[in-house]
Formats: sequence, structure tokens, C-alpha cells
Amino acid sequence: MTGQYIIRRLLIMIPVLFGISLIIFTIVRVIPGDPAVVLAGPHATKDVVDQVRVQLGLDQHPVKQYLLFIGNIFKGDLGASNRTGLPVTKEIMARLPYTLLLALASILVATVFGVTAGIIAGVKQNSKFDYLSMLIALFGLSMPVFWLGLMLMLLFSIKLGWFPSVGAESFKHLVLPAITLGANSTAIIARMTRSSMLEVIRLDYIRTARAKGLSEKVVISRHALKNALIPVVTVIGLQTGTLLGGAVLTEIVFAWPGIGRLLVEAILSRDYPVVQGVVLVVATMFIFVNLIVDILYSYLDPRIRYH
Amino acid sequence: MTQAQNTNHTEKLVKNSEFKERGPIGEVFRRLSKRVTAMMGLVIVVLFFISALLAPHLAPHDPYEHSLAHKLATPSWDYPLGRDELGRCILSRIIYGARISLLIGLIVISIGIFIGVPIGVVSAYYGGKVDFIVQRFVDTMLAFPGILLALLLIAILGVGLHNVMIAVGISTIPIYARLARSSVLAMKARQFVEAARSIGASNLRIILQHLIPNSLSPIIVQSTLHMATAILWAAGLGFLGLGVSPPTAEWGAMLNGGRLYIRVAYHVATFPGLMIFITVLGFNLLGDGLRDALDPRLKT
Amino acid sequence: MNCPYGVRRESQKNMSLLQVRDLKTYFYTDAGVIKAVDRVSYDLKEGETLGLVGESGCGKSVGALSILRLIPNPPGKIVGGEAIFEGKDLLRISEDEIRQIRGNRIAMIFQEPMTSLNPVLTIGLQIAEALELHRGFDKKGARGEVARLLRMVGIPDAERRINDYPHQFSGGMCQRVMIAMGLSCNPKLLIADEPTTAVDVTIQAQLLEVIKELTSRLGTAVILITHNLGVVARHVNRMAVMYAGRMVEVGPSVEVYAHPRHPYTIGLLASVPRLDQPRKERLVPIDGQPPDLIHLPPGCPFLPRCSRRMERCSVEGPELREVGRDHMVSCWADID
Repeated sequence: MTGQYIIRRLLIMIPVLFGISLIIFTIVRVIPGDPAVVLAGPHATKDVVDQVRVQLGLDQHPVKQYLLFIGNIFKGDLGASNRTGLPVTKEIMARLPYTLLLALASILVATVFGVTAGIIAGVKQNSKFDYLSMLIALFGLSMPVFWLGLMLMLLFSIKLGWFPSVGAESFKHLVLPAITLGANSTAIIARMTRSSMLEVIRLDYIRTARAKGLSEKVVISRHALKNALIPVVTVIGLQTGTLLGGAVLTEIVFAWPGIGRLLVEAILSRDYPVVQGVVLVVATMFIFVNLIVDILYSYLDPRIRYH
Repeated sequence: MTQAQNTNHTEKLVKNSEFKERGPIGEVFRRLSKRVTAMMGLVIVVLFFISALLAPHLAPHDPYEHSLAHKLATPSWDYPLGRDELGRCILSRIIYGARISLLIGLIVISIGIFIGVPIGVVSAYYGGKVDFIVQRFVDTMLAFPGILLALLLIAILGVGLHNVMIAVGISTIPIYARLARSSVLAMKARQFVEAARSIGASNLRIILQHLIPNSLSPIIVQSTLHMATAILWAAGLGFLGLGVSPPTAEWGAMLNGGRLYIRVAYHVATFPGLMIFITVLGFNLLGDGLRDALDPRLKT
Repeated sequence: MNCPYGVRRESQKNMSLLQVRDLKTYFYTDAGVIKAVDRVSYDLKEGETLGLVGESGCGKSVGALSILRLIPNPPGKIVGGEAIFEGKDLLRISEDEIRQIRGNRIAMIFQEPMTSLNPVLTIGLQIAEALELHRGFDKKGARGEVARLLRMVGIPDAERRINDYPHQFSGGMCQRVMIAMGLSCNPKLLIADEPTTAVDVTIQAQLLEVIKELTSRLGTAVILITHNLGVVARHVNRMAVMYAGRMVEVGPSVEVYAHPRHPYTIGLLASVPRLDQPRKERLVPIDGQPPDLIHLPPGCPFLPRCSRRMERCSVEGPELREVGRDHMVSCWADID
């Protein structure tokens, strides 16, 4: 039955993937000017422009163009950067591992701290810990990522010299960017966990568990936690996706060589093949993260697994 | 008597007694003021508005007057927050920067509300095929996580302040559409809609007179919280150098300028960022407070 | 007859299992203090079934939850009284001690069977939990016992259903699971809080039969909380009527049924359709609004709705007084 559920989820993804490809396909074609010139870049010679035109079928019917576009995607051909001349796939592949590493480290930080703080705050509602952690969470929610990054850099690398300020050579280089990028998500996850915990803890079955004579520890860990975490899993999934997008700012601050920086460089230099490629990859990854979340969800909540 | 019934009963008592004395607006205000944090948010937001509206009267110096001789000067009596890389008064630029942030916030929210809400309402009200198509469209837009859709739109529209506002505005449309859709769906089944339909009210009339006003409170809360996000995102785009063109005083761009001098002159990047942080915090505090005040379900 | 078993059972029956004295549970809300339970006292003998009756909001559930200290605090708080069970005051023993009693010596089943079971845990696990905690079962042994318990409460195909989740059961079946869970540790007392209110009428009678049959077989005393007087008549030995957080009448159910002494009890009985009496023209509802627990009038709380009010009633509230064998009522009027 779980299999059926996953298949249904996969089917729902199709129109969204179609929509994304259509939007990305449309981008270069709505920008004023000849799409071939746009894609070939501002410094391309006429020969290169003509070559691009023929390669992408830009002189043909739009439907045919779109089919060619999709076909190329499946072949792993996203065109060539008009800055470096390298295949976009290659450019992205060189940068993607850095972004994935950063996003993963950040979501790990955010999950560990967010869920823990959220549970404690929820269980000890109106305690000092609750007020303090929720105030910090609100700070985290309001903090501009790029400013937080600069301030952490100012304190921990410039003043204290504990961590390097820029680059991606070692584990030490990862610490500050991961905290910076994860701060916002930590706050969101903590708030979500707390409110979910508060909601669950009022429910009838928690009273049943208490009436059984279970200790408060078991009531929380076995009866409340799993239920409370169901909505939190969704938030963590959504945040993982947001982190992929949010990595842009962090990567700029810490000169982290990920795809976010690649994207900004591409936008500033009107390197549209790279813009297309990066957006396509990030959006697709986001959708797959959501799929994974849905599957996890069904594992946590038997009501979904069976219906 | 079960606990649930008991709390229900209690809630009814609480509600009745207070509504009698103060009326609904007084009630909202009372619950709002009960939370000190929400009041702090309100104060910050009001200060932000004042600074934006009265910038020329409040700023101690001309935000564009530069003096390379005094570049990166540290805070002093005359220049309380110091001077930037071109020797301009950081405080004055921050005060003027509030105008741009406010403008961005308002325009972004307006785009979101005036396009997103009607889409959501129509989608929910008509249901069926319309709903399906609109929802797939919304899904697609939401598939671009966080700031990515805005970045993509800027790639199309080009760099600049107007384009930042349009890009961030458009990327909030799906969120408002979702929100409006779910609150209309919840409302559609309720009796007053049935009643309005049974007395022959037209669809448009039902939508305008009943559905939109009644789904207002979640939208107000969302808008307050969204002001925060809009300001954050716009500042982020400014920071990336995709927003205003120099020398316009904008918080994100100021931070971007100061970033290069962080080792020698911390204040150039610190204060504009602090301003963004405080303003966003203000809207978040107010939004949280409003949500608690407008949504009795979440009251503890 | 010289039957030792009979004698023992008789003496057991006369022993007091639970003595509640002057129990007070208040809720502290923004609007004021709600005296949900106010100076309630009653006794329960071993193996006896007590019906706790009253309209919703009268404090019957809160009173029962207070015994096990399951009142959510805040806003609720037990502010006074005692509940002596097997020689211990449940309201004063430590948190650890009360946990030893919950689910073990005193078990409870609730009104909403569907929401009272944890949706993400199998019913087998939820029953086994109590067995492992109070009866020292290991995981394997518990499984067999769970199956036995499920069969006992009449769940078909018990072995296979152990691994099912609550949403795979109907409301009535969920309540059977709750009953199995409640009786799993052979408690001395089962508190059943409107166990049949949320299920279909046809299932109600079945469930009550299951509770009645099993508790009498196990010698478990029962506090049956209900607003359905029909239920009380058939299933309980004694009944206690509550109004506005107070006990207004206690006595053997036969006696209270035949000779109610409190105007409220009289009103309640008059508003119930009865099959054992000729059909009346119409049912007589009780006049007036349910009481506002925050702003109770001085004197008798039932005064505003009472048909037998006297001058004295608005000055001082009546206390429970004996009006017959084991029959107490709190009313100034002498009603026969």
C-alpha cells in the first residue's frame, strides 16, 4: 500500500515538473531581443549566435523548440555557459557538492537545535526556557542571513580567529556558513515543534497515556513526540528546499563556491544558460525533497499509509 | 462534563463577558496589549513609519553628501553611527533607507494581495477544473524555494529597484492564493454563504460581501508577517547588488558596500544590518501578537 | 446457609474502597474562578457500581479526573479535600505513588474512544504498555496477554488485530479496546467517563453489558459517569446526582429512582422518557439556564431554577443530610 501511495505522489509531481520546465523554457523567450543572442551572450560572435540558433532549433515552431529543450534536459545537456564556454552541466556539477554539503550541514544544525528547543519549550510551557528560547527563535526569524554571516565572521574569525572567514577548504570553513544558513530554519523548526507539541499534549490520548500510569518521560517520548513531529517533518523538508535557495546569500558572504554564487554571477553577467540550469536543478531537487518528506510522513502517520 | 466541554464553556464565558464590555476592537486591543512583546513590535513598526515619512526632518545630514577625507570614520557626536566608504553619514542614510524599505514592503504586499487573493478566492469558490488548474500553477510557483523565484524573475526583468519589488511581489502571489483559498474553502460550507445564495445573491456579490471580508483576519496577520519577509528579501537582493543603483540609500546595498571594509570599519556593515534586523523583528512581533489576538483558537 | 464464599463476598462488599471527602477542584481563568467541583463527598464500597449523574458542566468528569490527579494544571487545581483509596490519600501521595495506582489499581476509560487512543501506535502496543509497567510482563508475554484481553472484550480475530492502528477500528471497537486496556491490570476501581456517549445507540447497550459483565466477574468497583438516567437505572447500585459542582443527592439507585428528594433530581427524572410508567402527555424539561459557575448566587446554586424555593435558600446553601437509609440530600425542603 505504501508503494501505491508513493506512485500517487510521483504522479502529482509530473504537472509541477512540467510547469517548471515550461517557465524556464519561457524565460529566454520573453526577454526582449533575439533568444539566440540572449543565450549566446553579449560578447558572442555572429557565428556563435547562428550555431546556438540551429542547436536549439530557435528558428523552428515553439512546440518543437520545447520538445527539443526537454530532450536536451534528459540527455543532460543544458547548453553552454556564455562566459566560460563550458557545458552548464559541468559548471553546476563542479559547484553542486558544495551547496549540498552546506545545505545538509545547515539542516542538521537546524533540526538538532530546533527540535530539541521546541520540545523542551513545549513541554515546559511558560517556563523561563520557553520564553528565552522563543525570543531567540524570533530573533533568528528576523535576522537577515547576510548580516548574521557578517557578524559571525566579525566575531569568530576577525576578532577571535577561531574559524576562517572565507573559502571552503576544510571542516572549519563549514562551521560559520552552516550556522548562518541554518539560523533561520532553526527558529522556524523550534517554533513549529513547540506549537505542535502544545497542541498534541492537550489531546485525549495523552490523557489516556497518563491515566495508564506512564511516567511523564514515556508520555512525552512515546506518545506525544511522534505525533508532534509529523507536521515538523514537513517543515524540515520545506526548509531543506528553502536552504538550497537561501544558500545564495550565505555563499556570497563566505565566498563559498556553491551554485548560489554561480547563479548570482550568472544573473549579473546575463549568462542565461547557467541561470536556466541552476534554477532547473534547484527546483527539481526541491520537488524531490518534498517527495521524500511525503514518504517519511506516511511512515510516521499510519492513517496516511493505509488510506 | 469532559475537559473539552469545560474549556469550551470557560471560553464562552470569557468571550461573552469581555465582548459585552469592550466590543470586538477593544477585545483585540486588550489581548494585544496583554503581550508586551506585541506592543514592542507595534512601537518598532510605528518608529519605522515615522522615520520613513519624516526622513528629511529627522536625518542630521544629507544622506548623499560625501567626503572622501572622512571615509569610514568611526561613530562620533556629529555622526553617531559613523561614515561610510564615501564619507556619508550612516545614520542619515539609514533613516532615508526606511523610505525604500517601506515602499518595497507596501508594494510587495499589494501585489501579493491584489493578485493572489482574487486568484485564491476564485479558485476555491468555483472549485473543479478551475481550482485544479490554478492549484497546479500555484504548486509550480511554490516549487521555486525561498528567494529563488525572485532571483529568476530578476534574471528576466533585469537589475533595479522596480524589478526587485515586482519580483518579490510576484513570488508572494502563490502564498496569498493558498491562504485565501483555504480560508474560503473553510467558509464556503458555512451557513451564511448558503443563506446568501438562497436569497439569490450573485457569485460576485457573495465573494465581495461575504467571503473576502470574512477571510480578512488571516490575511491581515499574514501581511504583517509578510512585510517582514518582503523587507528581508528585498534587502537580500540589494545586498547581492541586484537592487537600487548607487548612490540611493538602501539598507541591503549599504551592507553590501560595508561588507568589503568589515575588517577595518565594522560599523559600516553593522548598523544597516541592525536596522533591517530590528525592523523585521518589529513586524514579526506585531504579526505574532495580531495572530494571537485575532485567532481565539490559539489563545492560551 | 453456611457458605464461606458468600460471607466473604458480603464482608468485602461492606468495606469501603474509596472515600472522597470535601473534594474541591477549581479552574482559574481570565474571567474568574470556576468552582468545577465544590466540597463533594461520597463513598464507594468494593465491587460496587456508582452512577455519577448530572448535566454537562456539573463537575462529574472533573471530580472523577481529580481522584487520579489528571486535571490539567494550569488552569485546573485541586484545592482541597481528600480521596482515601486503600488507606492512602490519593490527593497527597507523591507523583510516583499516584502513577503506581493509575492504570493499575484505578483505571479509567473516556468518552471519545476514537481520540482517546494514540493514532500512531498499534493498539497492541498501547495495551501492552500497561501490562509491562504494572504486571511485569516482557514484550513477548505481553503479546499473548493482549490477545487474551482483546478476546475477553469481544474483539473478533484478536491475534491478527494486535498490530492494527486505532483508525482501523470502529468507535465501538475502539471503546472495547479501551475497556481491555482499563481492565488489563485487574484494577479495584474502573472510572468510566460517559463511555457510551460518543457511540451509536445500538452499540451503547452492548458496551455497557461488556463493562458490567467483566467488572462483576473481576470484582471491580465502577464509577459510571453519565447524563443518561436510563443507563443509571439499569447498571448501578447507587447513584449520586451533581449540580453546579456540588453533590445534591446520593443514595441507592432504586431508592433515588422511586423517591427522589431533591427538586433537581425530580426534574431530571421527569425529563426522561420512562417505559415503566404510563405515557405522560409530554416530558417536563427543567426550567431556566444551566448555572454560571463563576457567578453562583449565595445560598443554594439550584435556587434560580427551583420550584420549591423558600426564603432560607437564598441565604445559606443546604448541606447533605440523611433522609433515609443510606440516602442523603442537600435541600431545605422536605420532599417525600
